[in-house]
Amino acid sequence: MMERFDELLPLFSISLYETILMVAISLVIATIIGVPLGVLLVITRADHLAPNRWVFQLLNTVVNIIRSLPFIILMLAIIPFTELIVGTSIGIRGAIVPLIVYIAPFIARLVETALLEVDYGIIEAYRGMGASRGQIVTRIILREARSGILLCMTIALIGLIGATAMAGVIGAGGLGDLALRYGYQQWDLPVMFGTVIILIVLVQIIQSLGNYGAKKLKKTA
Amino acid sequence: MIELKNINKTFNVGKTKVEALKNINLNVSEGEIFGVIGFSGAGKSTLLRMINLLEKPTSGEVNVKGKNLLTLNERELRNVRKKIGIIFQQFNLLASRNVFDNVAEILRMNHVPKKEIGQKVEELLLLVGLEDKANQYPANLSGGQKQRVGIARALAMDPEILLCDEATSALDPQTTDSILELLLDINKKLGLTIVLITHEMDVIKKTCDRVAVMENGEVIEQGTVIDVFSNPLEATTKSFLRNLYDDTITEDMLVKLRESGHSYILRLAFRGESALDPVLNVISSRYSVITNIVHGSITYLKGTPLGILLVHISGDEANLKQAISYLKDAVYHVDVSLELDERHKEVLAQ
Repeated sequence: MMERFDELLPLFSISLYETILMVAISLVIATIIGVPLGVLLVITRADHLAPNRWVFQLLNTVVNIIRSLPFIILMLAIIPFTELIVGTSIGIRGAIVPLIVYIAPFIARLVETALLEVDYGIIEAYRGMGASRGQIVTRIILREARSGILLCMTIALIGLIGATAMAGVIGAGGLGDLALRYGYQQWDLPVMFGTVIILIVLVQIIQSLGNYGAKKLKKTA
Repeated sequence: MIELKNINKTFNVGKTKVEALKNINLNVSEGEIFGVIGFSGAGKSTLLRMINLLEKPTSGEVNVKGKNLLTLNERELRNVRKKIGIIFQQFNLLASRNVFDNVAEILRMNHVPKKEIGQKVEELLLLVGLEDKANQYPANLSGGQKQRVGIARALAMDPEILLCDEATSALDPQTTDSILELLLDINKKLGLTIVLITHEMDVIKKTCDRVAVMENGEVIEQGTVIDVFSNPLEATTKSFLRNLYDDTITEDMLVKLRESGHSYILRLAFRGESALDPVLNVISSRYSVITNIVHGSITYLKGTPLGILLVHISGDEANLKQAISYLKDAVYHVDVSLELDERHKEVLAQ
């Protein structure tokens, strides 16, 4: 493997860069969509801040539908939608749309779970003190749940890396593409294993950072 | 200050309707400590939440300082709520914030300048005795300390009313006493009107001026604490009071007392000074009745002593009648206790 170092290094670094690029862009956009959805999934429940059965049922159903599709199927199924949004269904641009569609509901569901951990008694306390719903969401619920939210984002990020690898199928580049083209189609084992190791290390680093950050944020001591 | 008028509250649990509150009428005056006692499920927590509309009544009127809260819009209601503090059994503090921030957050939400917040929080922590805990997180505080933070937070917006939702129920007896003293203290110092709910008569006895007893969503008895304690009318009230002083008469004793001929069991309530009058001596010498003390106890209601005596008197019917009418003038309350409760009657009728 060493003698191929010069050949493989740019290959791996470009792929890693592409993966990180896809993950970063789709994570940011998916978070902007997913967190508010997660908040809505909590506060529109009966007996919560803004009960609304229709909004809750609608969101809940949509999230369930998307969540029940494996990424590879979702990606292919929404090709017309992807083309409508970014004008293409291949490459990095073509991958980002399905990645967002895939991970945003996941984030919404995870955030929902994290927010439900905040005791309703606390919310009631601030409602009783005359805080507005907006203040309660941003300054009480999200703030109290931030450690849980960070852990959720860690899980979402790892899920996203997995999905990105699958985007290799539509020629999106990245580590998945590398493993598919070199590792699988040419049966180039060093490339295959290299990809596996990079993915393992990447996930380990992310999970450790997430755990560390969540612990810091919990700050109960 | 607070007026609840014909309040009804019905919850839908599945397809069945649960009447949590039935035709509640209550008035709380400015500066008083008003207690609501009841077993769990009696509806007292729902009742308390009517006062700041955390629960909306199905029908009825909630008036606070002359304003009918049900006619207010969201913003007006929030402004009223800022002047109604609330503390809870489970404290409901922010786990991710230290003591200072727990008290300060509501001030920040109301755009109080930073400098004033610092001063205010310091003042409040001093008031509740936590001036050295500002940087601690709730997880490191004892239950009593957590409730003190809760109280400081509830007082941050300078409320005129403080609602206490079983505020001492999660605390041990000593801590309970210290929190109750703090409540009495702020009631006096700040002139705060306090409404508290509890299932412990001890809490009522130590803090309240007036009390309402709730059962199955209804207020079954209410009045000044001294009246309710000296002359409880309802079985539930009596059973709560039995936790403070057990004045039940055993059946054996009743049978024996009945053997001693024509007699009554009287329940005498003495208040304050009158506890010192030798009334039993007077009736035995003046009306030649035989007196026999069956039970005696003294309870302190917010510092005022209330003595309860169960006395068995026997003798000639005419003399007994005169003795009883003398006692009715001489002591705070007399209950001719053959009717003390149904059980006694049955035994005596045998």
